[in-house]
Amino acid sequence: MNTNKNPLIETSLRLHLFACIAFIFLPILGSFAFSLNSDRFPSIPLGAFSTEWYRLIWEDPFVWVGFFNTVKVGLVVALIATILGFGGAYTDYRFRFFGKNVYLALALLPPTIPVVIMGLAMLAFLSRVNLSGHAVSVIIAHGVMCSPFAMAIIRLRLSQMDPDLEAASWNLGGSEWATLRHVIIPFCRPALLAALFITMAVSFDEFAVAWFVSGLNETLPVKILGFLQGQVSPRINAIGSLAFLSSIILIIFAQMLMRNPTRTSK
Amino acid sequence: MIMTSTITSDTIVKFDCVIKKFGAFVAVEETSFDIRRGEFLAIMGSSGCGKTTTLRMLAGLEDPTEGNIYLDGERVNGKATWDRDTPMVWQSLALFPFLTVQENVEFSLKMRGVGKKERAERARTWLEKMQILEFADRNISQLSGGQRQRVALARALVTEPKILLLDEPLSALDAHLKVRMQAVLSNLQKDLGITFVYVTHSMSEAFSMADRVIIMSRGKVEQIGTPQEIYHKPKNTFVAEFLGSANIFNGRLSDIAGNNWTVDTDYGSYIVHPEGDVAKKTGDALSFIVSAENIRIGDASSSTGGIIAHAIGEEFVGASATVYFETANGQEIKVQKSHHELAALNFATGRDYALTWDSAACYVLPQS
Repeated sequence: MNTNKNPLIETSLRLHLFACIAFIFLPILGSFAFSLNSDRFPSIPLGAFSTEWYRLIWEDPFVWVGFFNTVKVGLVVALIATILGFGGAYTDYRFRFFGKNVYLALALLPPTIPVVIMGLAMLAFLSRVNLSGHAVSVIIAHGVMCSPFAMAIIRLRLSQMDPDLEAASWNLGGSEWATLRHVIIPFCRPALLAALFITMAVSFDEFAVAWFVSGLNETLPVKILGFLQGQVSPRINAIGSLAFLSSIILIIFAQMLMRNPTRTSK
Repeated sequence: MIMTSTITSDTIVKFDCVIKKFGAFVAVEETSFDIRRGEFLAIMGSSGCGKTTTLRMLAGLEDPTEGNIYLDGERVNGKATWDRDTPMVWQSLALFPFLTVQENVEFSLKMRGVGKKERAERARTWLEKMQILEFADRNISQLSGGQRQRVALARALVTEPKILLLDEPLSALDAHLKVRMQAVLSNLQKDLGITFVYVTHSMSEAFSMADRVIIMSRGKVEQIGTPQEIYHKPKNTFVAEFLGSANIFNGRLSDIAGNNWTVDTDYGSYIVHPEGDVAKKTGDALSFIVSAENIRIGDASSSTGGIIAHAIGEEFVGASATVYFETANGQEIKVQKSHHELAALNFATGRDYALTWDSAACYVLPQS
């Protein structure tokens, strides 16, 4: 550990941590607390402890539809985005070609586009090719948005690979496909799993683009907005808490995989 | 240089006028040489001399730009490395970190479609030969440097290839382990009787293990020969300087009388006896070497002649010492003597001495 502490850095780091807790985690915690509160409106002092709102959403078929849509989209998106991300990352690792920097910039571009613009553009494009308003629309849009995350994670892992490893496999009789299957993918396995979790979490939480393209196949975040527009109900707190828990669990899994790749890679 | 030898059953590899370019950069200039079946061949040179590129062409990891490479009688240009049986031991070892020791060794058998049971048997046989069977189920990260080395060897040898390529495999080991692994490699090669092609920048590794050594510099083969030949009869000043064991004297050929040639140097005229074909005529530049152990140290005041040089340093090398002299025109001369001889001379640095040698001790560099 570095014992040379710079007071300026120390203070600003503390401030940053405080701001994170105050403006990110406290509101979430508040929503969590109110979801277990019997009062109709979120106010202090808190009323009695109650799981009423969870029971209500449990019994609400619309919530279930939204939930299943979210899960369905999330799973498929995670798979597609991870495959695309791996392809992009491996292309970057393996090949040198004219215009590679442009290729990389394009492949990593989607997260930098404002989501509203992205949503509008997706809607305009998908409706023109008759693909808007379906679950598959959300899958396409989210696949585009999530694959750069997967690519970034897998690139990082590939950069840690001994550059001789692939050639060693070829030299030992493994064709390029066999090497991909028996060396590259096993080496990247922790990153591939992490990419699956992260992309699923990103898709799970994504609202704006899904709102534009989902039509009647609303995902859970879109449903939440629908609830908010109709009525202020503590059910939103309950849904939000569950959505937050599932996302944070996915992220934590991914972080664990990325932090200690050697242990999980056997 | 052009070789005209044909492929015989004694030749396992033939480089025939091979050139390798990367863009405009010539990594290996036109090169022809043969590798004999069952020999331990070392390719030696400093970094960037083309030795690794030569090995990679043989492995099929690079394709020659021009010329042909024959492996076991077959022209292998363009043949993918996975279709050749030219396993390589890598400088980084390149063991698969996600596989166990045994799975690493089984890898090439698996790639060749050998069944699970046979794979395990053959892998374990090799692990036993390399004395690492007890680590079969361990992870690579749990092994020491020497043990990893043995895994890399077992992994490369498990298919029982005719030729094994080694790319500076010992460079990461400490000096003690290096000597032990040299013995392991040497014995292994003798026991198996297969051809080893060993790339290294270390003269001690090359000369202690190899039957023949190729010296390369800047993409060119400078000399091929046994360690003895190269050591005592370097072909040119590059090789002599690279080995660093002899003193090089440059001069001009002033007289040819049969096998007694007179060379005029800065230090006077010397008689040398060229060996073999040395295509020189009177007036040509000529260099000869005198090895450090063949130089006599005498008293500068006595009138025996010889080069008067200033003793500038002394280095202990076990039972003997290497003494460094500097001549009036700044050339450094090394002399190797036993401590006993130096004591008898009352040797001390900072004084002047006369250096002499017999004409028989001079070796004329054929390509100087």
